[in-house]
Amino acid sequence: MSTGASKLDVVVSNVVPVNELVTRFHFRRADGGLLPTFSGGAHVIVEMRDGERARLNPYSLMSSPLDTSEYTISVRRDDLGRGGSLFMHGKVRPGDRMVISYPVNLFSLDLRAKKHLMLAGGIGITPFLAQTAQLAAEGGNFELHYSVRTAALATYAGDLRARFGRRVSIYHDDRDERIPLDRLLSSQPLGTHLYICGPAGMIDWARARAAALGWPAETVHYEHFAAPQPGVPFDVTLALSGRTIHVAEQQSLLEAIEAAGVDPPYLCRGGVCGQCETNVISSDGVFLHNDHWLSDEDHASGKKIMPCVSRFAGKSLVLER
Amino acid sequence: MTPKTILSRPVYGTLSPQAGTHHLFVADAEGGGAILDMAKAAPEGFFAGAHIIYIPREAGAAYTGPLQALKPAQYYEGPSIAAALPRQKQTLAPARMGRRLYLAGTEGLIGQAMQAALDAGIDHGSIQTEQRGSLARRVQCVHCKGITEDVTTQPVRCSHCGLLLFVRDHYSRRLAAFQGVCINAEDQSEIPPIEEAFR
Repeated sequence: MSTGASKLDVVVSNVVPVNELVTRFHFRRADGGLLPTFSGGAHVIVEMRDGERARLNPYSLMSSPLDTSEYTISVRRDDLGRGGSLFMHGKVRPGDRMVISYPVNLFSLDLRAKKHLMLAGGIGITPFLAQTAQLAAEGGNFELHYSVRTAALATYAGDLRARFGRRVSIYHDDRDERIPLDRLLSSQPLGTHLYICGPAGMIDWARARAAALGWPAETVHYEHFAAPQPGVPFDVTLALSGRTIHVAEQQSLLEAIEAAGVDPPYLCRGGVCGQCETNVISSDGVFLHNDHWLSDEDHASGKKIMPCVSRFAGKSLVLER
Repeated sequence: MTPKTILSRPVYGTLSPQAGTHHLFVADAEGGGAILDMAKAAPEGFFAGAHIIYIPREAGAAYTGPLQALKPAQYYEGPSIAAALPRQKQTLAPARMGRRLYLAGTEGLIGQAMQAALDAGIDHGSIQTEQRGSLARRVQCVHCKGITEDVTTQPVRCSHCGLLLFVRDHYSRRLAAFQGVCINAEDQSEIPPIEEAFR
């Protein structure tokens, strides 16, 4: 069960291919009303009903928070993933009815900041589209540095340049252009906050350099939704509800628990928010942790697991659910 | 060590060297000793990028020599907190990210230097603080809004409107002051004993 968030019945109002890998989806409220307000950085959970299978994936809202007549998300096709993005690209058509969650923001702007320095990598650009629209409307001071593979895959780079001019810098991998990270981090006025969204390697790099150059942890914000990885099937005993469940190759542990009729709390389904943290009663095997929530100590302890993104391999696993 | 009471009552720690490109210290009186103790754990060359703003007050004579011996890039001694604050503000105004702030000494100094730092955009959680010496309080009268400095008694008479104030642990970072509320609003002829409470 999603914590504190109700669900929204929406209609797919438009499907727009953006480039070879990315497609944009527009949602309007099925009853024709306005959608709930949100702030830049918020995401929604999109429920994908694919025959017998249900996938619930988080996507950042990229539309302007000033316009709640529709929400838009951009989905990058992942041919090796569990099929959520392929379902969106292949099956979802304008006019379809879908269910999404209320927006939740785990990557919000700190509006006390004197300046916002944003670093995006690839599809990590999406929350910044909403945040820059929000800040521009308030006269906020921001600077966006966006790293892309090629010009052809530079999703929304043209729109951002057109909207914000020199406040946006684009770096192309295939032209050996790199974000001049140390120079950027060393030249920001006191009171700047840093925001990073992109591949895990980029987030680790920027966080490490920021810490080394004296950026306090309070000023560094990042978001990386871990996609649940497919893996070898395994069995789990849910001690509180007295069930034994099977987690299939393409299923997440959280999805398998839900399929058995047990409703653990969740918010992000991407290993970030901590809502679905679950105690391990006993285990004989190896944990395949894939979250950004638990500490290294927790990971090593064998006492906790985040079922939204992590798996298990071994003889037995008993959870307090 | 300051006792933990209600959530807004500040809790101070022990100064420790942080990663950063510049280090600004603001200290008064016995707070000079906190800088000297921290210096023992500081990496080589740490003070080459440091600026010390020090207000000796009565207790400081023993610290001024050793502080200068740390050879900070800049060293300033001021006659009062009020005289030193403009220098702190001017130092922070053009500063870049990577500059770290360390505050040590009386609660009044830490509070006022932190207030100036918040205005400059520094997050309070990222500021190193260590309380040493007097716990005399800055108190804002909730009735007339005047601030009474160096309050050591409970209750205390407001130096602006003259009401007798009960000094609460309720603290405002924005005002850098504790809250003082009239203790005998019902019957102002009732005067409770005035005792030393904040040394």
